[in-house]
Amino acid sequence: MTDHLLTEITVFILAVFVGIEVIGRVPSTLHTPLMSATNAIHGIVLVGAILVAGLSFAPLGSVVGFILIVLASLNVFGGYTVTERMLAMFRPRAAVAPVVKKDE
Amino acid sequence: METVTQYATWYNAAYLITGILFILGLKYMSSPRTARFGNRLSMAGMVVALIATFAQGIVQWPVIIGGLVVGAAVGIYFGRAVKMTAMPQMVAIFNGCGGGAAALVAMGELMKTLGAANGNPLPYDFTIATMLTAVIGAISFAGSIIAFLKLQELMTGRPITYPGQQVVNALVLLAILYCAVSVIVNGPDTLAHFSVALGLALVLGILFVLPIGGADMPVVISLLNSFTGVAAAFTGFVLNNNVLIISGALVGASGTLLTLLMGKAMNRSVTNVLFGAFGAVHASSAAAKGGPAVEVRSLSAEDTAALLAYANEVIVVPGYGMAVAQAQHSVKELESLLEKRGVEVKYAIHPVAGRMPGHMNVLLAEANVPYDALYDMDEINPEFERADVALVVGANDVTNPAAREDKNSPIYGMPILNVDKAQNVIVLKRSMNSGFAGIDNPLYEDPKTAMLFGDAKKSIDAVNTALKSM
Repeated sequence: MTDHLLTEITVFILAVFVGIEVIGRVPSTLHTPLMSATNAIHGIVLVGAILVAGLSFAPLGSVVGFILIVLASLNVFGGYTVTERMLAMFRPRAAVAPVVKKDE
Repeated sequence: METVTQYATWYNAAYLITGILFILGLKYMSSPRTARFGNRLSMAGMVVALIATFAQGIVQWPVIIGGLVVGAAVGIYFGRAVKMTAMPQMVAIFNGCGGGAAALVAMGELMKTLGAANGNPLPYDFTIATMLTAVIGAISFAGSIIAFLKLQELMTGRPITYPGQQVVNALVLLAILYCAVSVIVNGPDTLAHFSVALGLALVLGILFVLPIGGADMPVVISLLNSFTGVAAAFTGFVLNNNVLIISGALVGASGTLLTLLMGKAMNRSVTNVLFGAFGAVHASSAAAKGGPAVEVRSLSAEDTAALLAYANEVIVVPGYGMAVAQAQHSVKELESLLEKRGVEVKYAIHPVAGRMPGHMNVLLAEANVPYDALYDMDEINPEFERADVALVVGANDVTNPAAREDKNSPIYGMPILNVDKAQNVIVLKRSMNSGFAGIDNPLYEDPKTAMLFGDAKKSIDAVNTALKSM
């Protein structure tokens, strides 16, 4: 095992711990947007897709390369669009209540 | 040499910023107030990563720009057009795209490296990471498509089982392992074995989701999400790219955490969810019994309206039936009508109500229900005793008292919402068919319980009409 690989494994494990720590604090009411947000984040594989399909030597050829980029960007753009739409709907009572309060 | 080091630092610094923005973005999701800002940070992180990537000697612009434009257009169109009730399958399909992309990235990188190696053996860490990325990514891709088809009801939501199912799955897995080992030690047929492993992983993805029923989808969707995360992290090892490792690890951790949480909420291990084919066995045994006539009390919409109007506190218990009937807006109208009359309305949300974690919360948010009117199971359970009416809208198994009392019940031990503690229970249900799991619900025979039969939306609209004329 090289030092380089060991560093990568270190980064991976620390990121897992950060992930558990951060996500453990998300309330259950936001679990669907959370799933969708993390879904968009793993769209980062688009970076890998561009590096594989975009350099001068593209082993997969244009057609498969194109499909690859489409798949990865569907993940990114679809994921963020859906998350944004869901989060825009969440409102606290204060923002909704005035209509009801007028009647009191 | 120095310039090379300098360039590497530039890209990696940008990727580090992306990693930080992703983590902060998730951190801001700890409150509904800041969640949207968090998502924007995460988007900004993605933009930074893409810019840093574009600057790394990309020449195949037609492929990249073309793919990006098509992917973005289709993704944004469907992301906007999809109904909130269809959100679980939408998340599943986008997730599958990510998994498929990861598998193709591994394939491309393997082809490139094999070509450059001129017959020399490849390092094990590279081949192991490549194989893991491809297999996990492909399983996630195919599994997500099956989950999508089930949720979209393009195929049956019931578990699909056949004799020897586990044996077949195990054999496929063994065959994948055989090919994977061959790729890792890179024999002469590395690429052929890789392709076979990739194809078999697709098959395994299909086979492993087939026996999982619709009600267990919250577990499957978060598990598949975690798979794609892990696959993305392994692409980072393949490409020596830290931002992929960090982001993939974050998603993998998140998906795993949610999967375990969902399993816990059903009092079942994740293994049981994945291999138990829950719902198939019990459904057949219930059918065999021929269903002895159960005495239930049914109620009209007018009587329901009267009962609700004179209550002090009403707790609404939404379930998948509310999503199917698209009844969330009618439920919100009912809430407003009752609140005008001074009735306190709260919502009780079971962690596995619906088809994905937090499914009900999103639907009610769409209907303008404030998130602080929604209560978790632990918060609301002591409250049922004080409630005059518990109104169950298309939820079944999560309200089944047998989970608490009947040791022989298949769902015994599953934490439930204690609706039977309320003074009155009104259950909105299409018919007396048993719930997804095919288990009888003694709640319906309780003398306190009355059934309001029919489509949930139509029933609630009828109650609303009656309330307005009162």
